[in-house]
Amino acid sequence: MDSKFKKENYTDTAKTYYPKVPYVRNCLKAFLVGGFICLIGELLTKFYMQVFDMSQQEAGTPTVTTLILISAILTGLGVYDRIAQFAGAGSAVPVTGFANAVTSAALEYKSEGYVLGVGSNMFKLAGSVIVFGVTSAYIVGIIRYIFNQLIGG
Amino acid sequence: MDFFWAFVVGGLICVLGQLLLDVAKLDAGHVMSTFVVLGCVLDGFDLYDNLLSFAGAGASVPITSFGHSLLHGAMEQADKHGFWGIALGMFQLTSAGIAAAILFGFLVSVIFKPRG
Repeated sequence: MDSKFKKENYTDTAKTYYPKVPYVRNCLKAFLVGGFICLIGELLTKFYMQVFDMSQQEAGTPTVTTLILISAILTGLGVYDRIAQFAGAGSAVPVTGFANAVTSAALEYKSEGYVLGVGSNMFKLAGSVIVFGVTSAYIVGIIRYIFNQLIGG
Repeated sequence: MDFFWAFVVGGLICVLGQLLLDVAKLDAGHVMSTFVVLGCVLDGFDLYDNLLSFAGAGASVPITSFGHSLLHGAMEQADKHGFWGIALGMFQLTSAGIAAAILFGFLVSVIFKPRG
């Protein structure tokens, strides 16, 4: 038997049959779509700053809310998942990806009812973001707090 | 110019996410969680604010800003109320995003039918 097909070589042999990942292409797609979503965010921020006379920080709330609304509707229409297939991380990393995770989980479990289906499963995918965000913010926050106390800040 | 940097910085953060997907073979959930922790740690060293003032929405739209906002709200309240301000302020700046995601997610699930 060819040494290529020995048990010990399994992972090396199998690797040659995996589909090749088009790294550069995927990165370019992620760059363009992710950049485009941020560009829309910047447009919305400028819009709210101009029309409602807000500061850049104040305009953050309506901007994020608008992006989440758009993302939720596109998820409902099935469009966001098609964008996600094309863009990969380009549509997952922006805050719209968070909204997509919440909405698609809610839709997926609709058949199990609104309370036990939608209500309990809404954060099935997005929950990890909140859990790890809050845990790390607590840890970093406590370190910063102690540090500030020590140097008398 | 603001628009240009928002596009480039936002795009580059997404490229970093794509590399985690393709090279490190993580799934989207792991990438998002990693980025939130990353944003939080960067804010711990006061670095994320520089990125925000430089790139605007290019830094505030990616999920890294969620980690930044969690810590930022916590530290703001800790300055006012002492130690327990960390807990009080945790969702100070992020609640708008979470509330919107819950509200719109629920409404969409009521209005639309699941696909695929």
